[in-house]
Amino acid sequence: MSDASKPAKKDADGEVRRIKAPVKLDYTVTAGLALSRFLKGVTAGKLLGQRCGVCSKVYVPPRGGCPTCGVGMGEQVEVKDTGTLTTFCIVNVPFEGQTMKLPYVYGLIALDGADNALHHLILAPPEEVRMGMRLRAEWVPPESRPASMEAIRWFVPTGEPDAPWDSYKEHL
Amino acid sequence: MSGRACAITGIGQTKHASKRDDVSIAGLCREAALRALEDAGLSFADIDAVVIGKAPDMFEGVMMPELYLADALGAVGKPMMRVHTAGSVGGSTAIVAAHLISSGVHERVLTVSFEKQSESDAMWALSHKYPFQPPLMAGAGGFFAPIVRSYIKRSGAPLDTGIAVAVKDRLHALKNPYAHLTLPEISNDMVKASPMLWDPIRYLETCPSSDGACALVLTSAQAARRAPGKPAWVRGTSMRTEPAVFAGRDQVSPRAGRECAADVYRQAGVSNPSKQIDVAEIYVPFSWFEPMWLENLGFAEVNQGWQKTMDGSTALGGALPINPSGGVLSSNPIGASGMLRFAEAAMQVRGQAGAHQVDGARMALGHAYGGASQFFSMWIVSSERE
Ligand SMILES: [Zn+2]
Repeated sequence: MSDASKPAKKDADGEVRRIKAPVKLDYTVTAGLALSRFLKGVTAGKLLGQRCGVCSKVYVPPRGGCPTCGVGMGEQVEVKDTGTLTTFCIVNVPFEGQTMKLPYVYGLIALDGADNALHHLILAPPEEVRMGMRLRAEWVPPESRPASMEAIRWFVPTGEPDAPWDSYKEHL
Repeated sequence: MSGRACAITGIGQTKHASKRDDVSIAGLCREAALRALEDAGLSFADIDAVVIGKAPDMFEGVMMPELYLADALGAVGKPMMRVHTAGSVGGSTAIVAAHLISSGVHERVLTVSFEKQSESDAMWALSHKYPFQPPLMAGAGGFFAPIVRSYIKRSGAPLDTGIAVAVKDRLHALKNPYAHLTLPEISNDMVKASPMLWDPIRYLETCPSSDGACALVLTSAQAARRAPGKPAWVRGTSMRTEPAVFAGRDQVSPRAGRECAADVYRQAGVSNPSKQIDVAEIYVPFSWFEPMWLENLGFAEVNQGWQKTMDGSTALGGALPINPSGGVLSSNPIGASGMLRFAEAAMQVRGQAGAHQVDGARMALGHAYGGASQFFSMWIVSSERE
């Protein structure tokens, strides 16, 4: 991101034609009932989702309402912190706020017991990462665990055999 | 399309470039608008209303730019409307303008879309920290790369399909004087050797960042009679949206896209798109989206879109030329990119596409998508009114 304290860059003719003007917005997020329950759960090392009473799909994190049925979500369900990597990207592009050393992998993970896939970091040599790879969450120690998906540092391979294609092809 | 006939009588676009330092945002929009008006044989005074579109305001950091652009676009004292649908906005904006004609509200509408990426930081605007989320990646390419990987796995497409599209569209761009990228030396080897940014997407398989604008003049049939040139006719318009996340969502071939295509084909009387549509300008910001959209749009069977790319069908001179203008891969002023697709489709059926004209094109598809592959806008234009 730009730094306002740096002098504006001059063009070859000595003229300044553009300046960088950083934009900042402070805001407070109210997580809402469903997400608050989820965030309290992760600080305790639990992944709490909700099941839709109409289509029976389990969403983690829960969103309060079912995006397909348009109804309020039903019962709370705890899902496992293991899952299947459905697809992924090997990132080679540096960016502001990046926490991983390039190249690294992020992917979509279908947690065991959930019907949606969530995005998270994968800690494994990029050349060894495969679609269908079995993963488990590596949690931040309880004393420093934030109320955020960052309570999970990343997912790591479990070493189990890869999940069959049919088991995750609906999560692409 | 239901309602009154809608004609496209004026088409204008800027020379797209990474930095248009010679013009302001207003000057950029005006350049496209004046070209469209000249093409239509009209002046700002003849226009009843203006419809404007661009990507989210945070890209340039100018809040509601349509307000300050009213003066430059001759819209003071006239109805003006802004459309917001992420990357598909250029297409949606043209559709809203077309509806102002087909509904009988106005006779002559000017529609303009733009982006001045040199005055913005779109990649970072798309990559801010989300609450409760770890920082995962930056840029649209990072978001779409896993979806491309899913397509490759699902279809069994050869890994050089993306390379073939990247080369083909840049060769097309060499025939388009308005295109941003001119890479006469483009080759499979050159694309293959370019850095792998978001594996499986290489640098030369991504779109550039462009400054540019596009404008259209749309009129009723009666007003089109006085136009100096041959109009294109809007034969169908459709928009569809779906949530970014839901269980079982097919991100590779979203249902909203399939239903949008079915709707626009029905309106235009198209039952066999590959046969009845002569040329298509589709929104391909990353090369692999050509085969993906060929399937989503019904030009190819599921998992077979890559075959049309690889056998040359989608190149100029092929059975179904895709993006003869060079497409988004060659010019990407984000807010204008969808309207450019719609405009290029209209240019084809008017026979005014110059060196990238598809001989005898009578029916063409313009397509745009945006967000997390969740906003779709499409129109079909024809040289014939009915
Ligand atoms: Zn439901």
